[in-house]
Amino acid sequence: MANDPMQQFEIKKIFDLPDIAGQDIAFTNSSLWMVVGALSIIVFFFLTLKGKLVPTRMQSLGELSYEFIANMVKDTTGPEAMKFFPFVFCLFFFILFANLIGMNPYAFTTTSHLAVTVFMAVFTILIVIIAGIWKNGLRWFKIFAPAGLPLLMYPIIILIEIISFIARPITLSVRLFANMVAGHVILKLFAIFAAFLVTQGGGIAALAVVPVIGTMAIVALEFLVAALQAFVFAILTCVYLNDVYHVDH
Amino acid sequence: MEAEAAKYIGAGLAGTALIGAGIGIGSIFSNYLAGALRNPSAAAGQRTNLLLGFALCEATGLFGFVLAMIILFAA
Repeated sequence: MANDPMQQFEIKKIFDLPDIAGQDIAFTNSSLWMVVGALSIIVFFFLTLKGKLVPTRMQSLGELSYEFIANMVKDTTGPEAMKFFPFVFCLFFFILFANLIGMNPYAFTTTSHLAVTVFMAVFTILIVIIAGIWKNGLRWFKIFAPAGLPLLMYPIIILIEIISFIARPITLSVRLFANMVAGHVILKLFAIFAAFLVTQGGGIAALAVVPVIGTMAIVALEFLVAALQAFVFAILTCVYLNDVYHVDH
Repeated sequence: MEAEAAKYIGAGLAGTALIGAGIGIGSIFSNYLAGALRNPSAAAGQRTNLLLGFALCEATGLFGFVLAMIILFAA
């Protein structure tokens, strides 16, 4: 029955791959749509490649997206963080394309699975930790102890700072995941309600116009959310990368 | 009370986390608008912070939503 709003998030095997250490490894519909997302990013940037002095429309699209992320990294983290620009660029475009492709009918939203978003968030935080220790040595741990506080405050502050640091990958991943799931569930609920009203027949069937208009409004909102969440994920990555370069804050 | 009924009540209560998120988002945008009308030249520079605050605020409410979904479908 198609009446379950969670059915759209079901993972189906497309073909099996050899098991690794007893774990069931398979190429699923989630992997398929990830490949589609990655390929469409590559195609998009190949289309914008043709460099001319007077940019064509496609070229300026590519240049604008490059400048957008470059300015974001420079403004939030500083010019020395441009080493991490490719990473932030990849994250932003992968999430953006995954979200936007997920808005198409019958497509699968890869970012609506916690496993995918947790992987990206944990990877981001590991990069912050490893690059921070690489660059500052053990001085990096000073981010947990802000300078200029009364000595008595430090035990509490250090505890709070450590907890807030550990919460970062959790909030980063759950935010993206929850936004995508919530939007798709609401869309499905409105659609189910409209279909239900139509089956009632007569005057009640005419009322189905209301949830259909609601669905259209939510589709518009979801496109905004899809772009906004990619932006938020990228900018929070930049904010967290701040800790690599600005230890004494 | 039946366990099934308690499950639905719990899911409904978890959804009330979105009340706080709604108030928070309203406060963020109203304060941004108030500030932007006072000093329109500084408004564009603060749009990043606006969206950041919006996202951070919305996330707290969505944790409640996730909890409701877990209660309804996973547990």
